[in-house]
Amino acid sequence: MADVTHDAAGPLSAAEVDDVELYHPKSWITKYVFSQDAKVIAIQYSIVALAIGLVALVLSWLMRLQLGFPGTFSFIDPDRYYQFITMHGMIMVIYLLTALFLGGFGNYLIPLMLGARDMVFPYVNMLSFWIYFLAVLVLVAGFFLPGGPTGAGWTLYPPQAILANTPGQQWGILVMLVSLILFIIGFTMGGLNYVVTVLQGRARGMTLMRMPLTIWGIFTATVMALLAFPALFVGAVMMLLDKLVGTSFFMPAIIAMGERLAHKGGSPILFQHLFWFFGHPEVYIVALPAFGIVSDLISTHARKNIFGYRMMVWALVAIGALSFVVWAHHMYVSGMHPAFGFFFATTTLIIAIPTAIKVYNWVLTLWRGDIHLTVPMLFALGFIVTFVNGGLTGLFLGNVVVDVPLSDTMFVVAHFHMVMGVAPILVIFGAIYHWYPKVTGRMLGDVLGKLHFWVTFLGAYLIFFPMHYIGLMGVPRRYHEISGMAFVPPSAATLNEFITIVALIVGAAQLAFLFNLVWSVRHGRPAGGNPWRATTLEWQTPQTPPAHGNWGKDLPVVYRWAYDYSVPGAAEDFLPQNQPPTPQPA
Amino acid sequence: MNEVAPHTLNPKIGRAPGWQGIVADWSSDQRAFKNVSWGKAMMWIFLLSDTFIFGTFLISYMTVRMSTTVPWPNPSEVFALEIAGHHLPLILIAIMTFVLISSSGTMAMAVNFGYRRDRRKTAILMLLTAVLGATFVGMQAFEWTKLISEGVRPWGNPWGAEQFGSSFFMITGFHGTHVTIGVIFLIIVARKVWRGDFDDGRRGFFTSRKGHYEIVEITGLYWHFVDLVWVFIFALFYLW
Ligand code: HEM
Ligand SMILES: [Cu+2]
Repeated sequence: MADVTHDAAGPLSAAEVDDVELYHPKSWITKYVFSQDAKVIAIQYSIVALAIGLVALVLSWLMRLQLGFPGTFSFIDPDRYYQFITMHGMIMVIYLLTALFLGGFGNYLIPLMLGARDMVFPYVNMLSFWIYFLAVLVLVAGFFLPGGPTGAGWTLYPPQAILANTPGQQWGILVMLVSLILFIIGFTMGGLNYVVTVLQGRARGMTLMRMPLTIWGIFTATVMALLAFPALFVGAVMMLLDKLVGTSFFMPAIIAMGERLAHKGGSPILFQHLFWFFGHPEVYIVALPAFGIVSDLISTHARKNIFGYRMMVWALVAIGALSFVVWAHHMYVSGMHPAFGFFFATTTLIIAIPTAIKVYNWVLTLWRGDIHLTVPMLFALGFIVTFVNGGLTGLFLGNVVVDVPLSDTMFVVAHFHMVMGVAPILVIFGAIYHWYPKVTGRMLGDVLGKLHFWVTFLGAYLIFFPMHYIGLMGVPRRYHEISGMAFVPPSAATLNEFITIVALIVGAAQLAFLFNLVWSVRHGRPAGGNPWRATTLEWQTPQTPPAHGNWGKDLPVVYRWAYDYSVPGAAEDFLPQNQPPTPQPA
Repeated sequence: MNEVAPHTLNPKIGRAPGWQGIVADWSSDQRAFKNVSWGKAMMWIFLLSDTFIFGTFLISYMTVRMSTTVPWPNPSEVFALEIAGHHLPLILIAIMTFVLISSSGTMAMAVNFGYRRDRRKTAILMLLTAVLGATFVGMQAFEWTKLISEGVRPWGNPWGAEQFGSSFFMITGFHGTHVTIGVIFLIIVARKVWRGDFDDGRRGFFTSRKGHYEIVEITGLYWHFVDLVWVFIFALFYLW
């Protein structure tokens, strides 16, 4: 990095945090490729995440084609189906949602919304992206290695994950575990940056309780990720050892294919605990940033201050903390002491309280607001509906006795797609429509945007709502073929066909969205600095898109919270956070 | 950036005592921890995350140890040495622990001299710490060799549950890696101290930022953490 020069160290302006040292890259490579600017890193993260997400989308089409028209597509054999399921689930949850919310939105919004010049350690931040990129490449390599990617399901449960005859057991499982380990290392580098920037790098006047809820969501989620990913890390390392070195951490004595394996004495349940100690917080790692972003979208586009800001903050933190003590609700059918089942069911239901508070507060923010049905607002409203819906089925699955018959059916698939698939994705779309003007200086196409919203939102309902019924009929999840089963009525097949057709249409709508993204970079309507007339700092930058260092010579000084919309007596219907109070007439 | 140590300038910050001070700091702007630099905050949070990694490793080890039906080999017998005709249980581990704890002492002294800008003493003490750390890793390597020659493998051993070897190699290996990284880090920082990088404001090779003597303390945080983890490994693996 020899080509980096520095600002002549003049006296710092009063608002500057002392440790800040900004540098200016000189060459094209250090500016756009190996960039240390959080904004560029954010875009790199987002592009890679969306690209790999597209792979997961295509995989979902293939699965749906098989489920809707079984037998028509002979190349989707059971092995392939498992591989598609596994890669689809893992990519969606980790490589798309986690990376996009934290690596993408986190990097872009944390420094800008807090009035910082950059993340605290830009070099480490850059490494974070490149390790993430490497993790994605390793993951994708699974498709091209002998035997293909792993088909163990995204939960990777041993013993089957590493046994012969599970697809991808030669290479697929190895690259999956290595990729996860890399992802965690890369994420940790970024995550430390986000946390320290929020805690120690804010602008003058930006107190914690003036931070926009977006930042609170991303911050809480990052802290959770830093504490939850270790369990996955350890699980992955131990499974790697079981697979490569022949240890028996997770492997009990097994007879497979008539042969007694060398493993003995391990505990498969231990892996489940490790996985879900990570896995459940992971749900909230993608949900909390979504909560935060939705709060800001709703407040901005309804021109009203968020209802119960403090409550919203505490609810985020409470959900984050509680989500570390509910993990075994994913393991009711693995067998556990009844007292534990009782404990985990109780904690699970307790989470409903802070979550419900958030929903009420969103609704109360909308109540008698000046609602502008812009595209971001539509997506935010779509999120609330979908999330409530998914949350309600969560109440079923959180109770032991209700869960036992529903477990491993399509009902579960419908539930988690609603709550952690569709809902956060809707927020991601809304957020992209909302912040794209800041990133590029141009608006995304409105007509295409509305089309995108309605097809995606209604489509998602048409896909996943019927799936609840299929699940209630007892159709199991992760099944390649159900047509031979006596208890499944023929109508289920019709329903499956319908779902598949809608899924393809919804998929096509995403291509229109991608087109919109690319097209509007050049041809979109110029946005100006603050098209939504929003209060938060990122809209008050001197340039749009924000220049290197974000704020020009002087950092912003913050005088108010992020939600001064429609303040009585104010000249405008919004007061930016950095607008000084008007002096009171004496 | 001016060379005054950050955060000592503003007399108003971080003053209120006790809980009031904590509340005042947290609800204030710019920084939640008033006198903590970015680097130090980052190291603390990293260590918190790393605690979860080690904690999970240890809990996993205890789980497999409790759930296996085969008897667990007796650590004080396995880790015993015959020295001059005496049978000494856990003697090597005791020495290793002593060496590592001593290295925490030299590290603490290095931090002290670092803040006094005594380049020579700081660098020497850091190198001494590194040597003690390397000695620890060396003894660990000896331990591994001995066990391997006695037939302990990750997938089995002559005395009982095969998870014994797996856990032993995994946990001590992971901890040993931490120590090794620490040794490398110590050497790098000691070299910078020796050369006077923190006095003449030389820029880092990768980050192109100026360093501060504080990096000695940050390295020290990591080092003490690795030592502390060892105490838990010692207690839970060797003494149990
Ligand atoms: C158009 C959108 C989507 C469609 C049509 C779709 C379709 C599917 C299908 C057909 C399955 C397999 C069900 C089974 O046979 O058990 C599945 C599994 C899964 N999907 Fe999606 N999906 C979509 C979006 C998402 C999103 C956004 C996420 C992000 C959280 C997601 C996460 C998962 C997970 C975690 C699994 C479980 C994988 C496993 O069982 O190992 N999906 N999806
Ligand atoms: Cu859960």
